[in-house]
Amino acid sequence: MRRVVITGAGTLNPLGHDLRSTWDAMQAGHCAIDRLTCRDLDRLSVQVGAEIRGFDPVAHFERGKLSLLDRFTQIALVSARQAMAQSGLQITEELAPRAGVVMGTAGGGNTTVDDNYRAVFEEGKNRVHPLVVPRLMHNAAASHISMEFGLKGPGLTVSTACASANHAMGQALMMLRSGMADVMLTGGSEAMLCFGGLKAWEGLRVMARDTCRPFSRDRSGLVQGEGGAVFVFETLQHAQARGAEVLAEVAGFGLSSDAGDIVAPDLDGPVRAMRMALADAGVAAEELGYVNAHGTGTTANDRTEAQALRLVLGAHLDRVPVSSSKSMHGHLIGGTSAVELLACLLALREGVIAPTMNFTEADPDCALDVVPNEARRAQVEVVMSNAFAFGGLNAVLVLRRV
Amino acid sequence: MELDVMQDRDAVAQAVTEIIAEQAMIDRADISHDNTLSELGLDSLGLVECIFGIEERFGITVPFNANTPDQPEFDISSVGAIISEVEKLVARQAA
Repeated sequence: MRRVVITGAGTLNPLGHDLRSTWDAMQAGHCAIDRLTCRDLDRLSVQVGAEIRGFDPVAHFERGKLSLLDRFTQIALVSARQAMAQSGLQITEELAPRAGVVMGTAGGGNTTVDDNYRAVFEEGKNRVHPLVVPRLMHNAAASHISMEFGLKGPGLTVSTACASANHAMGQALMMLRSGMADVMLTGGSEAMLCFGGLKAWEGLRVMARDTCRPFSRDRSGLVQGEGGAVFVFETLQHAQARGAEVLAEVAGFGLSSDAGDIVAPDLDGPVRAMRMALADAGVAAEELGYVNAHGTGTTANDRTEAQALRLVLGAHLDRVPVSSSKSMHGHLIGGTSAVELLACLLALREGVIAPTMNFTEADPDCALDVVPNEARRAQVEVVMSNAFAFGGLNAVLVLRRV
Repeated sequence: MELDVMQDRDAVAQAVTEIIAEQAMIDRADISHDNTLSELGLDSLGLVECIFGIEERFGITVPFNANTPDQPEFDISSVGAIISEVEKLVARQAA
């Protein structure tokens, strides 16, 4: 089987505008959850979120081009540029048809939809900008990445709610293994901290009013964030042939459907996805050194995920740190598992386990070592990253140090 | 005046029961104040839809978060408890 590795990582998220600043913020336990700045905030009952602050699109894109780029696409492009720069990859004419892109997003151009519905419904306008459709489409980010770097191989967008990025990266892994491509840019991005995007989530009654406290007894729900990350995946052979530095091996992928409830978490689906990912990686549960949990901070998810981890890891769970970085960057919905993979790389590359912040009190229903409130040093060889989506679609990745 | 208040209270109870009956897809007559929502076959999603229906019907905001099991601000332990919580909110709004 063709082995697949990561040779570049880029990101724009509430914790940082690149890999290094994000790692530093995770290590420092910085929580980016704050009062939102979106329009009509007074009409929202949930007024906190994790926004990307200090990002000036004009510094990154020509003004003329910006009318084509929803914020989720801007996040993806900025991240992809960093990942490409780090990988040192050159897309030659020969490589182009063997290089592709798979991106994940749940809401696509949600902000564009929100702005233009407002224009026609609220302001009564009868005309919208001519490029609304290519700006809002879910595949806009993947398409712009393919155009910017000349990736002429497989290109697509995966949308599986909160597991979108993990499903996207798993898909990229499969394409590289099967020989459809030699290089894939992959990850996810999300930008729905607009009035409509927040209002929809508010309706579900699962949102925290103050902050995100995964696995803590007094947790009161999830907090939305925005952002994403993009990685350069390539076959180990391709990376070695060009002498690229390898950040980690993408060792395993597991996916499953609950075939149960549209929103309530399930035990069996996540258990099967985790077992499949570990088996695919060829590692025993005992080899796991860190789990980046889905850990949304809702009562139901965290309790069920803790039970699922116990079933998969057994007694080894008592020795594995399991943290939720959503306590720092919020829930980036379709982009979240891409940013969470950065925490996995932090563990493998720097020997630092990202903490679960805002933790106040242990919950007997979540008997985990959640690395409360402070990062920890650890030598880690294998890590697992969980993503369990609304709709009961689960995606789990396993990374290994190379 | 006393009579009006009693009528309003009946109206609240009736409307809340109707909303719950519709969500649970059962006859209103089969719902008693002692019933819990789970006895009526409503899951968490059904509960959230009931609360939305109540908010829309009375023009009130119900302080409900699905992550707080004991719901200190809004008792959902039975149909009767929900009705009396809604009565309080409606009265507070009228005041």
